[in-house]
Amino acid sequence: MSMAQAIERFVPDGATVALGTALEPLIPFAAGHEIIRRSRRDLELVGPISDALFDQLIGAGCVRRVTAAWVGNVSEGLGHCYRRAAEEGVPRSIEVHDHSNFSISLALWAAAWNVPSLPTRTLLGSDILRTNPNLAAGDGVVHVAAVKPDVAIVHVQRADEHGRAHAWGPLGITEEAGLAAGRVIVSCEELVDPSVTLSDPNRILFPETKVVAVVHEPGGAHPSPVQGHFKRDHAFYRDYAARSRSRDEFEAWLREWVLEVEDRASYLKRIDLDVIRITQHRPSIPVDFGDR
Amino acid sequence: MTGNYTAQELMVAVASREIRDGDLVFVGMRLPILAYAVARNSHAPAARGLFEVGLMRDQPASGFLGTMGDPPNVTGALWATRMSDAMALMAQGEVDVGFIGGAEVDRFGNLNTSYVGDPHRPNVKLPGSGGGADIAILSRRWVTLMSHEKRRLVDRVSFITSPGYGDGSPGWRKRNGLLGGGPVAVITTLGVLRFPEGGGEACLETVHPGHSVDEVRESTGWDLKVSAHVSETSAPTDAELAAIRRLDPEGFWTVTKA
Repeated sequence: MSMAQAIERFVPDGATVALGTALEPLIPFAAGHEIIRRSRRDLELVGPISDALFDQLIGAGCVRRVTAAWVGNVSEGLGHCYRRAAEEGVPRSIEVHDHSNFSISLALWAAAWNVPSLPTRTLLGSDILRTNPNLAAGDGVVHVAAVKPDVAIVHVQRADEHGRAHAWGPLGITEEAGLAAGRVIVSCEELVDPSVTLSDPNRILFPETKVVAVVHEPGGAHPSPVQGHFKRDHAFYRDYAARSRSRDEFEAWLREWVLEVEDRASYLKRIDLDVIRITQHRPSIPVDFGDR
Repeated sequence: MTGNYTAQELMVAVASREIRDGDLVFVGMRLPILAYAVARNSHAPAARGLFEVGLMRDQPASGFLGTMGDPPNVTGALWATRMSDAMALMAQGEVDVGFIGGAEVDRFGNLNTSYVGDPHRPNVKLPGSGGGADIAILSRRWVTLMSHEKRRLVDRVSFITSPGYGDGSPGWRKRNGLLGGGPVAVITTLGVLRFPEGGGEACLETVHPGHSVDEVRESTGWDLKVSAHVSETSAPTDAELAAIRRLDPEGFWTVTKA
């Protein structure tokens, strides 16, 4: 399935969407840009920290609510579109449900396990309890209400056409986001034969029953890093930070890198991939699943 | 630049000294990544680092890191896992020291990284907690680093994202059920503030070379207490500077941007 088809079918207006769940690596930027091109509106974004992608979706006017621990640009600092939306209602006002990294993970685990909430010792004494109606202190703990995404979108190193996704490196809150979500869209660097994914079932991220679309989208996480494939494109993040500082310049950036770009393949033609391509490979030693 | 090092390099060196040998360190974004590496290469060879992205490591990464999730930070990791596993260790009280970057800190060590002004219509929307609140509440002790400006060191923060000693009353953390011990130091571009054993109000402990107690007090948004034993911060050693520059060769983190 193409990214355009996947977003068209599975990310309707008003949806609650988890993305960027591995924190800085494996951010599904190609999917996010397709959401912007399809002019999706009134989305609720769910994530831990978001390295620039939430800022872009907010600036493009796609977002009604942010349920996350942190929104900005990890190497550069503030998210300028996030600021404009929260401070001035530009391009539209947004609602913020603040979390910490721990509490957003717990909110997703609660949804994954189909319970109303999970108790935790974190957030005691924090004013986040005052501004997020889904967090409540009582009996010496904080009760974190379940957050259930309609759809989780992940980028992984490899997947097969049946939705068995392999990712490696740190996973952040990817597993709980996928398990909590109604459905999962997978985009991947490599589309592989099922014999590859099934050779290591421990590495499969989600039950295939959750995965509704697999999009073969090499480079779909740029400028975020993909272990074994691409380094983080720090200069791209720096350029975005500078150009998103004013609304006018952000709009120009958005036209140049998203709106006037047909798809990810066209986008990648503008990037010097050799600068960020990982060339020193370190394959792991395979495990033995022998049974007789 | 003071002498032959930048304010950020001094902050990294000072932060690294907060790490004791054998500590499990919850390493935050930016300067703390360098501080961990400096400590591990000098006085704390048995320290381990825990990264909320879902990593544990002993040796610092061999290459430059723009974020904790950069590929060189995964190479040689002791554990690549999910965030909730890293948080589990901290919830068990296993994290000895954590680092948090702050936008605003107050005299009782509370941090605000969420809202300046009314949260419903803020003057400034800051990025948020990230893992900051978790570190502040659950780690055994923690340290924050920030630029020393009157608008950042305020009498009381208007929003407590990451709690220090709350209203400063004795036993505030225990009374509110906070697991960890709280902040031990605020490392700024001008000096180091410390908190008394058991918590309370920040007190100026050392002033960085080239700055004065008066300058620090004038740049602080409350009537800052000064230790009877206030002294000059020890400058970074050659070994500390070499370690910093090896990991940040272009001064991405340690040369102040205009």
